[in-house]
Amino acid sequence: MPAVKKHRIVDAITLDSIMSKLSDSKRTDGRGLLDYREIEIETNILKDKTNGSAKVKIGDTEVWAGIKVETAHPFPDTPAEGVMTCNAEMLPISSQYVEPGPPDEDTIELSRVSDRGIRESGMIDVSELCIKEGELVYSVYIDVAVINEDGNLFDAVAYAGTAALLEADKSKFTIENDEVKMLEEREKLPIKSLPISTTFAKIGDKIIIDPNADEQEIASARLTLVTDENGKYVSAQKGKPGGFTFEELKELSVISKEKGEEIRKMIKEAVNNGA
Amino acid sequence: MSENNIERISGRAPDELRNVSIKAGVIKNADGSALIEFGKNKIIAAVFGPKEVHPKHMMVSNRAIIKCRYHMMPFSTDTRKRPNLSRREIEISKVIREAVQPAILMENYPRTAIEIYVEILQSDGGSRCAAINAASTALADAGINMRDLVAACAAGKVNGQVVLDVDDQEDKTGEADMPIAMLPNKDLITLFQLDGNLSKEEFDRALELAKIGCNKLYNLQKDALSEKYFNENNKKEDEE
Repeated sequence: MPAVKKHRIVDAITLDSIMSKLSDSKRTDGRGLLDYREIEIETNILKDKTNGSAKVKIGDTEVWAGIKVETAHPFPDTPAEGVMTCNAEMLPISSQYVEPGPPDEDTIELSRVSDRGIRESGMIDVSELCIKEGELVYSVYIDVAVINEDGNLFDAVAYAGTAALLEADKSKFTIENDEVKMLEEREKLPIKSLPISTTFAKIGDKIIIDPNADEQEIASARLTLVTDENGKYVSAQKGKPGGFTFEELKELSVISKEKGEEIRKMIKEAVNNGA
Repeated sequence: MSENNIERISGRAPDELRNVSIKAGVIKNADGSALIEFGKNKIIAAVFGPKEVHPKHMMVSNRAIIKCRYHMMPFSTDTRKRPNLSRREIEISKVIREAVQPAILMENYPRTAIEIYVEILQSDGGSRCAAINAASTALADAGINMRDLVAACAAGKVNGQVVLDVDDQEDKTGEADMPIAMLPNKDLITLFQLDGNLSKEEFDRALELAKIGCNKLYNLQKDALSEKYFNENNKKEDEE
């Protein structure tokens, strides 16, 4: 239950320039308050061992996602449903502040929030991942590695995970004489939706989108909102020890939808180009 | 509320809370504590501190640090829970800490630690909200300087209807759960989570409902504290 740990250090000059720019509603890298950095999405980058993969860059933040589709026993309470898990990992190469070892609470939060976004949106139809009820189902593992950290990991991990899923495939199967046989032939995963995560940070009384590492560190509060293509809100998480007012939440929920539309197009385009 | 309400499993109205009772000062050895019964939830929060920071390198020179552990007892769930902290409990410990921290005047206690322990003895839906209400009451009971109490309550969607305070049964069949914590005086939301499926209208409606719920919890916390500190009968017992 660490309350203080090795934190990124934002020097006084950087802090000053961020704050003085923000007072004019500007940012140190020339962005407006509600502009994302350049987003690069590339799929199918690890062809030989994964069943789907993607690389996402948001500015200098870089994450890689790999999908593995294997078979497993279903959970006893959902005998006819496949299994999916999304996991995020901070590699020690990603930042001088990350050390090897078991995940800290920030990484656990990152993993669980990305998992919820995909799960709650019903992106993967788990009922179509059943092979033999009560005995065998597909299990989809989404593993996302943070290669270089410059803020807004929540969005980067979500985009990489979903882009890789869109492109992923699994082996077909037949059942002969009550025996399951996995085939060489492959088919796409049963994808029903494309959830998009948008992350905001509050510094003083200003709210910005897509915070970089310095902005994220000095922010009092963070908000991640996930929307699906029907304009529904499927998941949310407030982070950091500060807060938002009701008016701010209502305002951000509208912006989240608009930005989500733009980014959804980018991901779909990237997947079409990569496939 | 509108007339075409859909009956809830528990028979509650859409804007009706479960039965809640809060009692401050239930653990003698703690500096502050509270027991909350929130539906079937039975939760004790205890606060220790301000005390010496351990390990020492975690000390901050100009303010206190807050530590929080949310822990479920193995017998608190339908099937036995393994006693060690799960990833879920680690995440909830973090969000509870971040929800109460804005209320604490940490700068009044430099170089110290304030520890919050939340023990779930019996769990129902909405245990993180119940835990925040208990933790906030326990902090006040410990005499920690605070800007405000922190009140928490969830809203959600069950059978297509936006409702207040989703319980365990409703959470399993429901379409959305949105736990919220706030500092009612400052109108500041310090815990905000959502999973499920809400339209913009439902999202706004759920926010409004949760706010009403938080205000009710705020009053219950204040009642619990006055009951301990201002009730004449309690005072007499103390003197005896």
